[in-house]
Amino acid sequence: MPSNKSVSDAPITQFINCSILREHKLQREDLWVRGGRILDPEKLFFDEQGYADECVDCEGSIITPGFIDVQINGGYGVDFSQASDDVSGCVSIVAKKILEHGVTSFCPTLVTSPPAVYHKVLPQVKVHSGGRHGAGVLGVHLEGPFISVEKKGAHPEQFLRSFQGGGVVDLMETYGGLDDVAMVTLAPELAGSESVVRALCQRGVTVSLGHSVANLSQAEDAVSSGASFITHLFNAMLPFHHRDPGIVGLLTSDRVPAGRTVFYGMIADGIHTNPAALRIAHRAHPSGLVLVTDAIAAMGLPPGSHTLGQQVIEIQGLHAYVAGTKTLSGSIATMDMCVRHFKQASGCSVEEALEAASLHPAQLLGLSHKKGTLDYGSDADLTLLDDDLNVRATYISGEEVWRKDP
Amino acid sequence: MPTMKLIILNDYDQASEWAAKYIRNKIVHFSPGPDRYFTLGLPTGSTPLGCYKKLIEFYKNGEVSFQYVKTFNMDEYVGLPRDHPESYHSFMWNNFFKHIDIKAENTHILDGNAADLQVECEAFERKITAAGGIELFVGGIGPDGHIAFNEPGSSLVSRTRVKTLAKDTIIANARFFDGDLSKVPTMALTVGVGTVMDAKEVMILITGAHKAFALYKAIEDGVNHMWTVSAFQQHPQTVFVCDEDATLELRVKTVKYFKGMMYVHNKLVEPPSQDGKKN
Repeated sequence: MPSNKSVSDAPITQFINCSILREHKLQREDLWVRGGRILDPEKLFFDEQGYADECVDCEGSIITPGFIDVQINGGYGVDFSQASDDVSGCVSIVAKKILEHGVTSFCPTLVTSPPAVYHKVLPQVKVHSGGRHGAGVLGVHLEGPFISVEKKGAHPEQFLRSFQGGGVVDLMETYGGLDDVAMVTLAPELAGSESVVRALCQRGVTVSLGHSVANLSQAEDAVSSGASFITHLFNAMLPFHHRDPGIVGLLTSDRVPAGRTVFYGMIADGIHTNPAALRIAHRAHPSGLVLVTDAIAAMGLPPGSHTLGQQVIEIQGLHAYVAGTKTLSGSIATMDMCVRHFKQASGCSVEEALEAASLHPAQLLGLSHKKGTLDYGSDADLTLLDDDLNVRATYISGEEVWRKDP
Repeated sequence: MPTMKLIILNDYDQASEWAAKYIRNKIVHFSPGPDRYFTLGLPTGSTPLGCYKKLIEFYKNGEVSFQYVKTFNMDEYVGLPRDHPESYHSFMWNNFFKHIDIKAENTHILDGNAADLQVECEAFERKITAAGGIELFVGGIGPDGHIAFNEPGSSLVSRTRVKTLAKDTIIANARFFDGDLSKVPTMALTVGVGTVMDAKEVMILITGAHKAFALYKAIEDGVNHMWTVSAFQQHPQTVFVCDEDATLELRVKTVKYFKGMMYVHNKLVEPPSQDGKKN
């Protein structure tokens, strides 16, 4: 007998034999899903006298909200910064493959590129929901070109830009538009950045500070203007100094407006950040830690030479260098590896490790009312893990989209 | 043959397990089916928690199913939102219903938010009657000997109705409402003593030294509406399940007498036979 038709005809799935991450704790609870969202079974029971149409035995799995990667440049040979006629096809290839890493939504990230690339690529990447076709796209992350020359990292210097035209004008000229853009990484010390930060935040675009030589006070000003993220903390910024801790100092700043959180991205691949530095950041500001892969086209590919933006990079083991140098060019880690490494390196709880890849990025993007939690009403984007945090299966909107071969 | 049994176990856990086994056996021996539901009256509170845990365990082990069981709860607060963590709906969901295979339509809990509380109470009585009466009513008691919310002084022939809670009860419950007396509901819907008396069999759980005087009043003193649980002295089939602590106010000879019968009473909780059809 179906449950109460007056509420919904959609079938109800009950995930049993699992520990679910809810209210910051793993709890031995069943998880109920209807119509792609997480259902309150008590309401179902008492209000609708309903019950599950289907039971999924999770065999003791941990269920976490699906991982969200807000900084991923590509993977499996695809580089999002390469202007092609089929960018959306390229995004789809990665979107599909990262399901096996437990990622259910992501922000395709473009490194510093010439305007022509943005004009060609951006119109082809649309915000869309995930499903069997792949992880959902939450919007593009534009990392550069408004960044510091000194801290350009792997970004090509010839395409860096400043706000010489007055700010927003430069932005629009360079990118062509901001539709479907979720995040922009910029250097706050660039003249005219303040109005840009404000304009971006007003449009609902998250502003991240990175590739920058900003001192703490410049960084704090940017936060006051609305910036809320730090792009790959420690990497491509001034090192911590006790008289001016720079952007790193935002983690313990007392000038962050009340009620706001500064989040920071961590590439917890064991290479981009020394485990001790990871621990410093985590202990100083655990609730702001966001795991990012910063994965490049070579992620998922064998060692050798690969293209990143306008450059060639070299893969050696777990390292990815700008060819011919020892400059790190991005990681080839997967999100599930980062979660495991973060837990192991920081000694944090399973809950903290999982929230750094789900709840925190969702909060960062202002999406925690539907993503990053297993609260009632949230999207049923789920990652099933074993006790060692290896991915067993991935669900988007309650639908199984990937399962490990038995 | 009408009997009153007093089952004395060493401690709370053993008492809970004994009670759960007794309920399990009652259901299994009844052989419930689509045309034959077992009707079970249920309490809330801290006393029955251990018993519920054991019943859930038995369900998970496949020893008992609640598919053909109808439940009727004793009481519910008036005006407390149903999804409030201290509502008896929440209690039953979290501590029992969500863990077992019972169907929502077979559970019955008074609606303390009904537009017309009197009508709600009368409807509850009719539902019990329509289900064929209660086969086994399980209850706990307060230190003042109240069963359900039948506070001292309640009529021993009372039916399901709205009750104003005694000051003692409100104070005792304040710990569940941030210690704030103003947050504690002051009224409840409750089955009457008469409603429980109508059940074919009644099982009362009494554990802890603080309930010892109430147990003494329940079984050694006379029937008295100031200790409403004492009414069950006149019930043809009542079993009191208690721990050692709860017997502290009883006469030594009472305790010895019932302890001496444990070897007989323990047969009631032996694992049911394989076919489950023994009656």
